[in-house]
Amino acid sequence: MIEARGLSKRFGNVVAVDDLSFDVRPGTVTGFLGPNGSGKSTTMRMIMALDSPDSGRVTVSGRPYHELPWPMREVGGLLEARSIHPGRSARAHLLTLARSNAIARARVDDVLELVGLTSVAGKRVGKFSLGMGQRLGIAAALLGDPGVLLFDEPVNGLDPEGIRWVRTLCHTLAGEGRTVFVSSHLMAEMALTADHLVVIGKGKLIAETSVADFVAGSSRQSVKVRTPAPHQLADAVTDAGGTVISDPDGSMNITGLAASEVGELAASLGIALHELTPVASLEDAFMELTDEAVEFRGGS
Amino acid sequence: MPFATEQPPPGRVGLRRAMAAEWTKLWSVRSTTWTLIGTAVAVVGLCALGTGTVSPSDIIDDPTRRSLIGVFLGQLIFGVLGVLVMSAEYGTGTIRATLSAIPRRSVVLTAKVLVFGAVALVVSEVLAFSAFALGQAILSAKHAVGTKAAAQQLGQKIPHSIQGLLANGSASLGQAGVLRAVVGAGLYLAVLGLLALGLATIIRHTAGAISAFVGVVLVLPLIVEALPTDLSNAVARYLPANIGLVMFSTQGVPDRVASAFSPWTGFALLVLYTLVTLGIGCWVLVRRDA
Repeated sequence: MIEARGLSKRFGNVVAVDDLSFDVRPGTVTGFLGPNGSGKSTTMRMIMALDSPDSGRVTVSGRPYHELPWPMREVGGLLEARSIHPGRSARAHLLTLARSNAIARARVDDVLELVGLTSVAGKRVGKFSLGMGQRLGIAAALLGDPGVLLFDEPVNGLDPEGIRWVRTLCHTLAGEGRTVFVSSHLMAEMALTADHLVVIGKGKLIAETSVADFVAGSSRQSVKVRTPAPHQLADAVTDAGGTVISDPDGSMNITGLAASEVGELAASLGIALHELTPVASLEDAFMELTDEAVEFRGGS
Repeated sequence: MPFATEQPPPGRVGLRRAMAAEWTKLWSVRSTTWTLIGTAVAVVGLCALGTGTVSPSDIIDDPTRRSLIGVFLGQLIFGVLGVLVMSAEYGTGTIRATLSAIPRRSVVLTAKVLVFGAVALVVSEVLAFSAFALGQAILSAKHAVGTKAAAQQLGQKIPHSIQGLLANGSASLGQAGVLRAVVGAGLYLAVLGLLALGLATIIRHTAGAISAFVGVVLVLPLIVEALPTDLSNAVARYLPANIGLVMFSTQGVPDRVASAFSPWTGFALLVLYTLVTLGIGCWVLVRRDA
């Protein structure tokens, strides 16, 4: 259980986290969703007492992190990839951490096995790929067999197999009754991994909800259509008050009209439809909610 | 905790565990071995050079100091190790893992100081005694001429009061001040390693901390020397390098330090500098975000 209450943090003039309150409960995977620069990492660092909040407080298992008697046995964190000395072997890195929290040496080999790094345990970390580095970071988080896990962008740099591995791991850990808090800026990934969501933008809480409710609550639904007569349909949709965006792959994205309305419109004009799919993606919901709260925009 | 595979021991993360972790950390990177080898080569190598090149016409005024002079080169390499003990944590991001495992930051710094300090002391003393033994063996094999013999050869009458101040061509640990100077050389080297660690705790960057350390031991003396003489004389004795020079001399005050502190007063001052630096480092470590 993680409880954040009124967390705020500013760096100079930039407000990184703004009066943020949320709960992360055990037994489910909670996604921490927000655009890049929205304050996810800062929040996670405050949970682990690496950054101190300007105001507010956050507790893990009812205590501030720095008061936990054996932190690694209660909280496992993967914060930012590559926070390991490149000259140290994977095993030595884990052994260092194990010794600090009185964790048995045998557990080091257990977690190396668990993340599939046994064969490279003696290799220096500097020679690791990004994916191997992530796996080692996850091994370090699991070392103390903690009830609370924080993973900051865990799938960054992983190949599809690695991504699926992380997803399964999160589900397994939550299934064991642990608290699993996973951040990502990839909405699609969150839809597959998380059960609950804490959504932030510009450091402010935007939504704290289940994934299903989050998607259902989205008003911006679109309809994906494929037709051999795109121009004719586009004119008709526009006349009916809808908006059409043509995708490069030849399909059309229609907003402002429900799928049933588009279907009936096409039928009334005798236009054949090859595809008619209502799309209510997490991505859309996310874009809609964070639209007002995006700190950095692309050049377009 | 419901998930702990084993019962946690009573109590909490403390200094003993932190020191065990630091010990593993120190010896699991190659830079430790390399900087220690580098320091050994500098201290012992310069000693061999300084004593091996003595020619019959040279008069050795302090054979002990002559054999320990490599400490001045060794301190630079040793300082790099002291810096790396802390700065490598920031450079590589390991600091996040370290402070997550041990959130009480003063405990982390104390563990580093104790573990590195102990290693530094043992290594420094071994090097000081090795350099002394090697240097004296070379001097004695070369029948080096000390100030005492030189004065006698000149046929001058030496006042009894300064008899004790004159050196033989080579020294032994039993002579006045020799053991103190050899032990002092080791102490100086060890404390400078800790000073470097303290600077790195404040500065956090390897290059910056090494520059600061080199500035203190090498550049500061040059600046002080450039000052007007009376000011220079007043300030010179406070410099770590000059304190070190007095610490590993058996007697007398080296020319460039007027009114030097006694070896132990100087050492106390050096320890004070180091404690203040580490104290500021600790304050910075606890206050600033990691």
